[in-house]
Amino acid sequence: MAILRNKLRPFSAALVGLAGFVVIAVCLVYGQSSGQTKNSCLDCHSALPDPLGVTQEKFSQDIHAQKGLTCASCHGGDPTSDDPDKAMSKKAGWRGKIDRKQIPELCGSCHSDPAYIRQFNPSLRTDQLGQYRTSVHGKRFAAGDTKVAVCTDCHSVHDLRAPGDLRSTVNPVNVANTCARCHADADYMKGYSIPTDQFAKYSASVHHQALAVRGDLSAPTCSTCHGNHGAAPPGIDKVQNVCSNCHAFQAQMYEKSTHKKAFDAASLPGCVVCHGNHGIAHPTDAYLGTGPEAVCMRCHTPGDKCDQARAGLQSSLSQLDEAIRSSDQVLRVAESSGMEVSEARLGQDQAQDSLTKARVTIHSFRTDLVDQDIQAGLKIAATNLQAGKDAMVERNYRRLGLGISIVAIGIVLAGLRLYIKKIES
Amino acid sequence: MFAALLHWLDERFDWDDLTAPLRHKTVPSHRLSYWYFLGGITLFLFVIQVLTGILLLLYYRPGANEAFESVQYIMTRVRFGWLVRSIHSWSANLMIFTAFAHMFSVLFLKAYRKPRELTWVTGVILLFLVMGFGFSGYLLPWNTLAFFATKVGTEITGQVPVVGKPMMIFLRGGEEVTGATLTRFFGFHVAVLPGLVTVLLLLHVLLVQRLGMSVPPKLEVQWTANPSAKREMRFLPNFLLRELMAWYVALGVLGALAAVFPWNLGVKADPFVSAPAGIKPEWYFLFMFQTLKLIPSKVWFIDGEVLGVLAFGLVGLLWILLPFFESDQPSHMKRWITGLSVFALAYVLGMSVYGYLAK
Repeated sequence: MAILRNKLRPFSAALVGLAGFVVIAVCLVYGQSSGQTKNSCLDCHSALPDPLGVTQEKFSQDIHAQKGLTCASCHGGDPTSDDPDKAMSKKAGWRGKIDRKQIPELCGSCHSDPAYIRQFNPSLRTDQLGQYRTSVHGKRFAAGDTKVAVCTDCHSVHDLRAPGDLRSTVNPVNVANTCARCHADADYMKGYSIPTDQFAKYSASVHHQALAVRGDLSAPTCSTCHGNHGAAPPGIDKVQNVCSNCHAFQAQMYEKSTHKKAFDAASLPGCVVCHGNHGIAHPTDAYLGTGPEAVCMRCHTPGDKCDQARAGLQSSLSQLDEAIRSSDQVLRVAESSGMEVSEARLGQDQAQDSLTKARVTIHSFRTDLVDQDIQAGLKIAATNLQAGKDAMVERNYRRLGLGISIVAIGIVLAGLRLYIKKIES
Repeated sequence: MFAALLHWLDERFDWDDLTAPLRHKTVPSHRLSYWYFLGGITLFLFVIQVLTGILLLLYYRPGANEAFESVQYIMTRVRFGWLVRSIHSWSANLMIFTAFAHMFSVLFLKAYRKPRELTWVTGVILLFLVMGFGFSGYLLPWNTLAFFATKVGTEITGQVPVVGKPMMIFLRGGEEVTGATLTRFFGFHVAVLPGLVTVLLLLHVLLVQRLGMSVPPKLEVQWTANPSAKREMRFLPNFLLRELMAWYVALGVLGALAAVFPWNLGVKADPFVSAPAGIKPEWYFLFMFQTLKLIPSKVWFIDGEVLGVLAFGLVGLLWILLPFFESDQPSHMKRWITGLSVFALAYVLGMSVYGYLAK
C-alpha cells in the first residue's frame, strides 16, 4: 500500500485537480438545467388543433420566447406545474384566452414601460400604445369597433418576429401584404367607405418596384407615408410633407412655386395631383406633353401662357435626352471598336445627372432654372460626342496605318521569297 | 561599305573565324521543317516584348493609386501608346501560344531525345517562366479582372502544404492582394523574370546551335540507310531568310490584332467590391483552373484543391524530366511517351475549351 502511495504521489496534484474539475462540471450542469424555466403549457397545446394549438417549433420562433418570456407572461397561470388544473387555476393568475378588447393594453403593459423594455432592447421605442390611440385604428377601437386592427393583427401572435426578420409580417417588404389582408378585402372593409384598391395600385407602383423587386429598403411602403402604430391618412395639406421626407429637392422647388399657392387655394393635395398616391408610376417627360400621360393639360388650357411654357420645358428635356443618346451611340461604337473612351463615358454620367437635375427643377415650374441645367447638360453631351467622333477618326487612322503596314510587309515577304528563290536556283 | 565594315571587324576580331560556325551550319530540309520556325518566332516575340516593355516603362507607374491611371494615360494621351501597349499584350499571348506549340512540336518530332535532353529541360523551364511573365504582367494595369485573377491565383499557391502560406504571403507582400502585391509583381515582371529568362534563353539557344536541329526518328533511320537521300539547307542565309519571313508574318498578325482589337483596359480595381461573377484566369491557365474546379472538395481524406495543386506540381516536374524516361533503344517507353504526349495535348485543349465555355 505504501509502495502504491509512493508511486501515486507525483500524480496526487493532478488527481486533486481532476476531482475539482468533475465537481465544478456537475455543479454547472445542474445549475444550467435547474435555471431553465419549465413551460408545461406547450406539452398539451402542441398537440391541440388550431386555434388552441401552439407547437414548440412555432413558439421558439417568437421574439418573446427568444428573450425568455413564456406563455404565462401574457396568459398567466403556472407553467411549472404538470397538473392542468393547477397550471390554469385562477389562483395561479391564469387569464385564459386574451379578449380582443384587452390586447392593446396587455401589449402596452410591457411595451409602454421604458424601464422594462430597456433590459431587452434599449433602443426599442415605448410609445406604440400612445401612437395607436391617435391612429384611425385606435380611435375606432376606443369607440368599440373591434374589427379594426390591434397589435396581433399586424404583428402576428405566438410566432411574432422582430421587424428586421425577413419573415416578419411587419418587415418592410411584407408590410403592404399585411395591410392588404384587411384593406384589400372588400367584404371586410364594407361599411368603412374607403377604397380597397390601394394594394393593387401600390403593387403596380414605382415604389413597390423599388422595394419588392430591387430590394431597396429605403423605398416606401404603406407605413412610410401613413405611419405604423399611429396609422392615418396624411391629410390633403400634409401630402407634400410626407413626400418631401424622401423627395427633398422636389419639395423645396414646389414650396417656392406658383403651383403651391394655386393648389393650396384650391385645396388640392400637392404632389398627388400630378403623381397620384398609391399607384405612383415612374414619371416620364410625357407628363409634360399633350398625350394620354399628360398631366399639365388636365388643368391648363391649350395655347395659354402656361401651355407655351410647358411645351418649352418638354422640348428642352427632349433635346438634352436626344443629345445624350446620340453621344452614347457614337461612344458605344467607338468602345466596341476597342477605343479607350472611358473618360467620355464618365462624362455621359454627368450629362445624365444634368438631365435628372433638370427634371427635378421642373417642380419649380420656372423655365429659366430648368434651362440652366439643360444648357449645362448639352455642353457636356457635346464634349462627349466630340470625344466619340475623335475616337472614330483615330480608329479609322489606325486601320489605314494597318493597311499600309500590311501592304509593306507583303512587299517585303514577296521580295524575300524571290531572293530565296534566286539564291537557291 | 558593308564589305569595308566586315573587313574592319575581321582585322580586329577575326570576324570570319567567329562567324564560321554559322556559315557552315546546316538545317535539315524535309516536309516537317516548318515546325523549326516556331522556336524562332517565340524568340522574335520575346524581343518584341522586351522592346515594347521598355517603352511602357517610360510612362508606367507601379502603385495602387497610379497604375491604372498611368496605363489609361498611355492608351489615350501618349502618341502610339495604345499601339505599344496593345502589341505588348497581344505579343505576350502569342508568345505563350507559340511557346506551347513549339514544346508540343518538339515532343511529337521527338526532338528531346539524347543528346538534347538539356535543351528540353531549359525549354520547359522557359515556358514556365513565360507563364510567370503572363501572371505577373496581368496584374500591372490594376483593373478589376486582374485584381481578382491574382487573388484567386495566389490563393491557389497558398494551398501547397507547409510552404504554401508563406509563399502566398511572399507573393502578395502581405495577407491580401494590395498595392504591395502590385509593386512586388512589377519587380518580378521587369527584373527577376527577365534576368532568369535571359540566362536560360542564352543557354537554350546555345544548346540548339551546338547540337543542331533534330531530325524525326523515321527520317533519321532512312537517311542513315541512304545518305544520298539526306537534304539540308544552309543556316546562313537560306534558313535565316525563311525565318525572317516567318517573323514578318508574325509582325503583320501582331499589328492587325493591335489595330483592330486594341487591348481592353477594363475598370479600375476596387478591393472592396465583390468579385465579378464567373471570373476566369487567362486562357493559358484555364486548363489547370478547370481541373481544380472539377476535383471534389475531398478526395479520401485529402483536400481536393491541395491534391490538384500537388498533382500539377508533380506533373510539371516529371514533364521537365521527360527525356530521361526514354532510352536509346526501342522500348515500350517510347510508345508510352508518344501516347502521353497525345493525351497531354488533348487534355490541355479539351480542358481549356471546357473552362472557356463553363459558367
